[in-house]
Amino acid sequence: MKPSFLGLLAASLGYAVGRLARAIPTIAVIVLLNFGLVHLAPGDAADVLAGEAGAATPEYMQQLRHKFGLDQPLAVQLLVYAKNIFSFDLGYSFRHDRPVRQLILERLGPTLLLMGTTLVVSVGLGILLGMLAARRVNSWQDNVISVVALVSYATPLFWAGLMLIVVFSIKLGWLPTSGMEDVAAFNEGWARVLDIGRHLVLPALTLSLFYLAFYARLMRASMLEQSGMDYITTARAKGLTESQIAWRHTLRNAVLPVVTMAGIQVGSLLGGSVVVETVFGWPGLGSLAFESLFARDLNLLLGIFFISACLVVVVNMVVDVIYSILDPRIELGSREAA
Amino acid sequence: MAGRQTFFRRLLRNRAAVLGLVVLALVVGLAIVGPIVHPADPFGLVGRPFLQPFGRFLLGTDILGRDVAIGIMYGARTSLMIGVVATVIAVVVGTLLGGAAGYFGGALDRSLTRVTEIFQTIPAFIFAIVIVAVLSPSIRNVIAAIAIVSWPPMARLVRGEFLAMRKREFVQACVGLGMPDMRIIVRHILPNALSPIIVTGSLMVANAILVESSLSFLGLSDPNVMSWGFMIGAGRPVLRTAWWLCAIPGVAILLTVLSINLVGEGLNDALNPRLRGT
Repeated sequence: MKPSFLGLLAASLGYAVGRLARAIPTIAVIVLLNFGLVHLAPGDAADVLAGEAGAATPEYMQQLRHKFGLDQPLAVQLLVYAKNIFSFDLGYSFRHDRPVRQLILERLGPTLLLMGTTLVVSVGLGILLGMLAARRVNSWQDNVISVVALVSYATPLFWAGLMLIVVFSIKLGWLPTSGMEDVAAFNEGWARVLDIGRHLVLPALTLSLFYLAFYARLMRASMLEQSGMDYITTARAKGLTESQIAWRHTLRNAVLPVVTMAGIQVGSLLGGSVVVETVFGWPGLGSLAFESLFARDLNLLLGIFFISACLVVVVNMVVDVIYSILDPRIELGSREAA
Repeated sequence: MAGRQTFFRRLLRNRAAVLGLVVLALVVGLAIVGPIVHPADPFGLVGRPFLQPFGRFLLGTDILGRDVAIGIMYGARTSLMIGVVATVIAVVVGTLLGGAAGYFGGALDRSLTRVTEIFQTIPAFIFAIVIVAVLSPSIRNVIAAIAIVSWPPMARLVRGEFLAMRKREFVQACVGLGMPDMRIIVRHILPNALSPIIVTGSLMVANAILVESSLSFLGLSDPNVMSWGFMIGAGRPVLRTAWWLCAIPGVAILLTVLSINLVGEGLNDALNPRLRGT
């Protein structure tokens, strides 16, 4: 019997609430880590919270000390800090002369665009290449995919990006070297979309390389594992062609480990986007992190760290939902063993 | 000793692993012997800037006139040192905590599992950046940051191994004989869990080298120590005119990490003959 739409909705809502409750310890640990780092930093905690050393006015420093209760016991300070963070008050960046929250929200879009494209490209192509390799084990295609995977595991992301710039931007002149769009061109509508797309090619390709290789290998192993199962033998006995079996039967089961890993690796994807955005001048959270390093704006950096972790928690929830769509036997929230 | 002989024979039969061993031996040799045979200051200016490779200097000079080959040599030392030390710390911490959790179970196990789960959510590389940035970039802090972000997977692995081993008959027999816990763990369980620890540890060294190079590329390296990532970062502004200044250190990283991965996979096949062919 199919559950009613309303029942499903209620279950999803209940699940989301439960999942949020389980995410709270994670977020709390990150707040604790941030707080610890603020106090571990050399110098006064107010210096760290003010961002760029020496840029803040004495009045603001005084105000900060008061606001964060820096003359109070450590436990009180922690509570004040947590209260501020949980109300998304992430402080003020003197370097940019803007609240940290506003800076982060502005830069979130480009990072999500880069990450989304990378996820689609690496998971999509990875699945296709993995299926190809599994269909022809030990063929030249399979071996080429294995060698490319080995090399891309060992390539530093930032270096791959620089070398792609040398080849495709400097030598061939096909693609732009940096930025997200040609601001001076004042493009509008589709011209602007096309322009952003052209700027997106190299950063997304760089960030995808490692994960593409990883998912291709994972998909290959997963397809081979499924190929020995009884339901495949049954499908073959029914007289289905090999490609019908692969696309209609094996794919849906074999793709589950890939989805799991894609969810787990969102955090590492965000880390990778720091170096990739820095290399390509992509105006997202990663290059904001790099700028804050350069300016020693530590409070901004800690804010980015906090938001990144929250982003991972949210994406993991989305992955859980995708998982339950792919495999209806798995109920929401019961993926622990997978 | 027969076991050890078959292990080496199996390892040497794997052509990729042998290739990895040869390259790795060259890099290690360069890192250890190079600075002794040819002592030099990697930050010293030796000639005109932007001299092309294969001229007066083997790999040319960089943007300020530093010898690139000397930089590669000292960079090998930095990369390997940081990679190995950070990994050893992570392996020891991960094994101690994971082993204790897997063996004793209970509240310790539950809290460790929670901690490693939380670490899976925290973006590791950004965490490493934050640690080094807040504590100031020095060799010690870079090693600490890499170790802090890499111990949880090891703890998970060791926990799983110990948990499975705990229920096996030979361990139950030890418990029945009244053997002290420490003795069971060190003499009986640990040796059986050693091969996955070694294999994972070797792959962790490769990963640590990649993380270190990314950190130093972002400017988070000890200012007094030469590193490959720093060299790439320094060559980046002149990418258009002197792309080889970025290319050369990158090839060094690529070859080193690739060789360690090949050796790691070779170790995996040689230590787990049952898994061969999968």
